[in-house]
Amino acid sequence: MELPLFMYLILSLVMFGCGVYGFITRKNMIAILISIELMLNSVDINFAVFNRYLFPGSIDGMFFALFAIAIAAAETAVALAIVINVYRIAKKVDINQITKLKF
Amino acid sequence: MDSVGNIILYFIIAIAIIVFSVLTVTTKKILRAATYLLFVLLATAVIYFQMDFQFLGAVQIAVYAGGIAVLFVFAIMLTHKPGKAAQPITSHKRALGLTASIAGVVVCAYALFSYGNKCLQTLAPAGDGDYDMATLGHALLDSNTVGYLLPFEAISVLLLACIIAGVVIARRR
Amino acid sequence: MSFDLSILVLAIPLFMFLFLGIVGVKMGKKATGWIGVASMLVTLVICYGIALTYFFQTPLVNGVHQTLIPYNWDWLSFTNKLVVRLGVLIDPISAMMLVVVSTVSFLVHLFSIGYMSDEVGKPEKGFQRYYSFLQLFTFSMLGLVVSTNIFQMFIFFEMVGVSSYLLIGFYYTSPAAIHASKKAFIVTRLADLFFLLGVIVMSYYTGTLDFFKDASHNVMASLLDNPQSTIAACTGSFMGCSAIAWSLTMIFIGGAGKSAMYPLHIWLPDAMEGPTPVSALIHAATMVVAGVFLVARMFPVYVLEPVVMNTILVVGAFTAFYAAAVACVQSDIKRALAFSTISQIAYMMTALAVSTSTTGEGSLGYMASQFHLFTHAMFKALLFLCAGSIIHCIGSNENSEMHGLHKYMPITSICFLIGCLAISGIPPFAGFFSKDEIIVACFHKNVGWGLWMMLVAGMTAFYMFRTYYLIFFWKKHETPAGKHQPHDMPWTMTLPLIILAVVSCVAGFVPAHDLVTANGAPLETHTEWPIAIGSICVALVGIGLATALYYKENGVPTRMKNACLGLWTAAYHRFYMDEFYQFITHKIIFQGICKPIAWFDRHIIDGFMNLLADGTNSLSYSIRKLQGGAVQSYVYVYLMGALAIAVVTMVCILI
Repeated sequence: MELPLFMYLILSLVMFGCGVYGFITRKNMIAILISIELMLNSVDINFAVFNRYLFPGSIDGMFFALFAIAIAAAETAVALAIVINVYRIAKKVDINQITKLKF
Repeated sequence: MDSVGNIILYFIIAIAIIVFSVLTVTTKKILRAATYLLFVLLATAVIYFQMDFQFLGAVQIAVYAGGIAVLFVFAIMLTHKPGKAAQPITSHKRALGLTASIAGVVVCAYALFSYGNKCLQTLAPAGDGDYDMATLGHALLDSNTVGYLLPFEAISVLLLACIIAGVVIARRR
Repeated sequence: MSFDLSILVLAIPLFMFLFLGIVGVKMGKKATGWIGVASMLVTLVICYGIALTYFFQTPLVNGVHQTLIPYNWDWLSFTNKLVVRLGVLIDPISAMMLVVVSTVSFLVHLFSIGYMSDEVGKPEKGFQRYYSFLQLFTFSMLGLVVSTNIFQMFIFFEMVGVSSYLLIGFYYTSPAAIHASKKAFIVTRLADLFFLLGVIVMSYYTGTLDFFKDASHNVMASLLDNPQSTIAACTGSFMGCSAIAWSLTMIFIGGAGKSAMYPLHIWLPDAMEGPTPVSALIHAATMVVAGVFLVARMFPVYVLEPVVMNTILVVGAFTAFYAAAVACVQSDIKRALAFSTISQIAYMMTALAVSTSTTGEGSLGYMASQFHLFTHAMFKALLFLCAGSIIHCIGSNENSEMHGLHKYMPITSICFLIGCLAISGIPPFAGFFSKDEIIVACFHKNVGWGLWMMLVAGMTAFYMFRTYYLIFFWKKHETPAGKHQPHDMPWTMTLPLIILAVVSCVAGFVPAHDLVTANGAPLETHTEWPIAIGSICVALVGIGLATALYYKENGVPTRMKNACLGLWTAAYHRFYMDEFYQFITHKIIFQGICKPIAWFDRHIIDGFMNLLADGTNSLSYSIRKLQGGAVQSYVYVYLMGALAIAVVTMVCILI
């Protein structure tokens, strides 16, 4: 018995669904970033799995995952810097309480 | 790899990922959410190893689990008093989130299964030396059509920009 | 003197304009004034050097004064042919104008040191600004007279207009001065619009703007070297008149605006609100003759278009009479002088218009007009500077507050008398020679025009002496309480008067017919004694009448005034020309045209725009809730949209 492709895809789908749920329900900006990381991670799994199952001879999907990880790291670093700066100014990290830029 | 062991490993990983993903987004304490995220990322690394992507798995552990998770913990420590629970989620928001995520999962799952035969594809054995470090290194610094020099350099510049941006944004004025 | 120095004539005033305008505030007021005077003296010397060298040391070719173009730069090259150039042109009339402008300008600079100071010699507020603007004006006027092409002339025409505007409005705290400056600028600008149109029409047909060919600067086509071909080139016609006639008429309108020809004269009397030395420089001697200079410059073309010449003749002759009639009853001495200026400029225009050729007998009018321009600049500047002295002393323009000043201000009185004699045409003063030649030229054209101009000459004598007597005699001067007795002014103010008085005495002996002629060749003239004696007699009659009526206080003038009160009032109000303009602009143009257009603009155009804006505004206000800044709801909506698209796609694929 071998593991078919969709087993992994279902796994990443569930992870993605959790990310969506977290993004929509959470108030804390850091928690929202964590949800985004979940979603990104599920996409990385898809890249790797598709590469391995459908195009076993190539390494393109793997590189996509690799670069996605690098970009996710960059994005997280900047986003957390922004969060910290916002916190310093507003003393809050709740996304619906930061209204300084609102008209 | 032994196929039964493989399947058992898969199920352990799958259960871990599902449980920790759900916990990540439902736990009240933000630091715990970060910790559960770390577990999810580690479990993902195991999947990469299972796919024979040793390098990718290592990067996942080093960058994601080692770097980003720590960054989250730092940010949380800087912005939260320890032990303080997040405000409870309103039922309205929860309903919204549930509909969005379940609808997304359902639609995607339906799309997935409508391509039934491709989804049942099984794992082919990796060729000899397909994913070893020499191949990856050459591909990464190769400027031919199959190489990744340009994206590699672009990402390098992006990371540099991020370092500067992170310093500039978070610097105390 | 080398003609290469001629560029300094423009460079010095321009530099001094900037220098005094920028640095002047940092320097003392006195220092600014004296630097201005000194720089003008240098300019004066260079101008005289150029003129004398040109007239007496440059050899004549075939007995003709050559046209020299020491500088000619390409400034704007539109096409190969149509190039706007900036340069320096020296020919008889521009050399003469250099002398006139620099002389009067220098003396006015000197005079202003005294005039623009108060009783104890402390300079007024804005002293540096005043001198800076004077330099700007001098630069513009000198640039105008040395223009090598008609577009350069237009540019400097505008610039003298601007500097005139700035100087009329010098006392910018006085509403009258501001109105006068605006009026002057708008009227002359309107006229300049016609000038520009004329230039455009002419250059469209001829493909050139230059006056003269200039092989050394690669100027191959010109307007004036061969006027017949210029006229032949203008093939178009409009409303029964040829393009060249239209173009020349429009150029004349431009000149008429600057030279205050009827009916564009209305700005000049009001321009007397400016400081009196400015009136002397700009509104008597130099800028107002720019129109005459313009027509004189284009004379070779004008003379071939009799229709235009006759138009100019009628306008000029009418203006001369009209202005003289108005001047007879003015009580404001500067206004009287202003109308006298209008009348005298009209004389010059008439003289140009009665010329019928560029050579021989027919070109006498041209020579006479330029000669009169020269002499008039001198004695009219003298009269204005005298008036300036008196006004500075009395503090009013009204002759009712003067009377009997001869005892107190003898030098001014004698200088004024010399000016009056000169303008009246009494030999041997300057005006006699030039005016006599104008009248002779008019008689050559037609006996009727000759008699008409002679009549105006008599009126000139009358109103000038009326003004003179009312200022200096009539009755004993009553010094108002709290004011000290009038006296002659300090040397900075009297010296220019004396210089100009001397010039007015001897300027008539300048051999103008050898120097300033239409074709550059000396013109044979001989005094026509019957006409000369006639005009002297007419002038003497005018003087005698004025003496009888105004030398001593008597009731005759009042009785005469009451006898024809309507005429007197009309003349006093300048025959209601200003009211007529007021009526045209306010009642017809503003009320009849502008108001409906403004209403249309405000209600229809703006209303439509407001409707659009209000509609957008209310629409966006009603949907503003959609963009609440809640990031999570955006994501939710976005995700749902993406899913909906996916569902639709799948349904489509399945069906």
